[in-house]
Amino acid sequence: MTAVAPTAPVTAPTVGRPLTILARRAWRQMRTKIGVSLVALLVGVALIGPFFAPYSPSEFVAAPYAHASSALPLGADNLGRDVLSRFLWGGRSLLGLSILATLLGLVLGVSVGLVAAYTRSVLDDVLMRAMDVILAFPSIVLALVAVATVGPKLWLIVIVVGLTTMPRVARVTRGAALEIVERDFVQAAEVLGESQPKILFGEILPNVTSPLMVEASLRLTYSIGLIAGLSFLGFGLQPPAADWGLMINENRQALTVQPWGATMPVIAIALLTIGTSLIGDGLSRAAIGIDRGGGEG
Amino acid sequence: MTKLRRGITGFILRRVVLGLLTLFFVSLIVFAATQALPSDPARAILGRTATPDSLKALREQLDLNHSVVYQYTHWLGSFVTGDLGHSLAARGEPVTAVLGSRFKNSAFLVLIAAVISVPLSIFLGVIAARRRDGPLDHALSLSLLGLAALPEFVVGISLVLLFATRVFHWLPAVSLIPPGDAPWQHLKEIVLPTVTLVLAVSPYIARIMRASMVEVLESDYVEMARLKGLPEREVLWRHAVPNAVAPAIQVIALNLAYLAGGIIVVEFVFAYPGIGSALVDAVNNRDLPIVQALAVLIAGVYVFFNVLADIATILVSPRLRTSLR
Repeated sequence: MTAVAPTAPVTAPTVGRPLTILARRAWRQMRTKIGVSLVALLVGVALIGPFFAPYSPSEFVAAPYAHASSALPLGADNLGRDVLSRFLWGGRSLLGLSILATLLGLVLGVSVGLVAAYTRSVLDDVLMRAMDVILAFPSIVLALVAVATVGPKLWLIVIVVGLTTMPRVARVTRGAALEIVERDFVQAAEVLGESQPKILFGEILPNVTSPLMVEASLRLTYSIGLIAGLSFLGFGLQPPAADWGLMINENRQALTVQPWGATMPVIAIALLTIGTSLIGDGLSRAAIGIDRGGGEG
Repeated sequence: MTKLRRGITGFILRRVVLGLLTLFFVSLIVFAATQALPSDPARAILGRTATPDSLKALREQLDLNHSVVYQYTHWLGSFVTGDLGHSLAARGEPVTAVLGSRFKNSAFLVLIAAVISVPLSIFLGVIAARRRDGPLDHALSLSLLGLAALPEFVVGISLVLLFATRVFHWLPAVSLIPPGDAPWQHLKEIVLPTVTLVLAVSPYIARIMRASMVEVLESDYVEMARLKGLPEREVLWRHAVPNAVAPAIQVIALNLAYLAGGIIVVEFVFAYPGIGSALVDAVNNRDLPIVQALAVLIAGVYVFFNVLADIATILVSPRLRTSLR
């Protein structure tokens, strides 16, 4: 970013890699800044929070649903564990699983989309129809079917959420790549005898990164909601783990007596998803060219 | 693909066939995941403590002694004829008996949510487009963006905190509807689940409606209507809105389809006795026949609304309609 010459602010954004330009344009908007701050705050809580936790997340320190006091600033949960400590510990699993699932969905979706756009054969139709079939399920139903058969396993949730993330990523990738595969440099690479994976990921992929970034942030928001929801239903992390979704499940019966056990994770998940979606909106506005801070529309 | 069938009927027919084909694959996936892939579904369901007798009985009920192809065709055949098998948890009752009243409850909830959210979000989209770039538009656009990001259970629990437990005590926190009662006899109980669903789908419809309306308001015929001296109210609601709704219909139908999946978490939050909470219970009990039935049923509703969306879009947009001829 230091490369931008102060004397030529209008032409400067055209130099640099597409992602840098996109990020710079997105950052000019207030909503992106708010989104990044929210996400940074929550990621901070999840990563650094545990070092400040006064107790261990599984330690019984008071009576169940004990009220807030100087020793327990947010009171105790349904089994008498410290709500603050469990809250500080409980963000890592949600963040880790959502990021893994989104990455998996991106890798699968990008591969399917690139192959479909490049193949120029019936494989294109077959792949995209297969994506439609996955989209015919609400994702949560697919996840529940898997959990009913295999049981509540974390790897299973990452795989299922990754699989349900794949079709939309594949559509976006294919849509953007269709026009790129016709370009001269792709044909040049073919003539030079470059291998197919190298053409797909080395030549075509770098040209579709902008729409992919927008889609990735949308998919991340969605994965966070889905995984937190599965945890909330009791199909994610299993007790006695400290996890935001699970905490809401465990403490929601006692909202009248001791609201913090459910309220803190609800607030955290709300701010996190709002943050990622603000970033996504900033990126998508930047990608379609609405990036003049004031005059949005 | 085929040049034989043209025009609107041909398009509708193709779309319906594609929908049925999708449903077929959906049933294949559900069957494969629940019954064909696990090496021993009977033991998976009953657990390690199962007696040989109960294992044998269950294997017979699920046709596990036959080939996978026979199992699938038999399952699909009885499914199509309305025999959804027997619940494993509810003392062997037929699945249809277990789910009948719950299906009615869910359908009512979805219907009410749709009837409220569609006009509401169209209205919000229209006034946002009308005051484009004004403070109202910005406030609406940001709050809709935020609402759209929130998972349903977060919205649901926040509503419970606000209206049922901590701040006000106006509404019940759980929707207990006694078996045998119709949901419309318990309107107070369904307010919060309905509002949760409305808040979950409205943002998307309102946003697409705003975008569509902005485009229509800049068109020549709206300009023309204004120049003719028609009152602004009439220009807006009689000329612009009907044309702006057409592109939004697909998103509306997709969001109604989304309700079919959204009710799962929302019903669980409010302990509402519908098919969503039934699915969660069935997963907990590993009641495979119920999981299979509900997964296919919910996917069926989803596919149905998707097909409906495509057909409706074709029917209301003259440009697409003529291009098919």
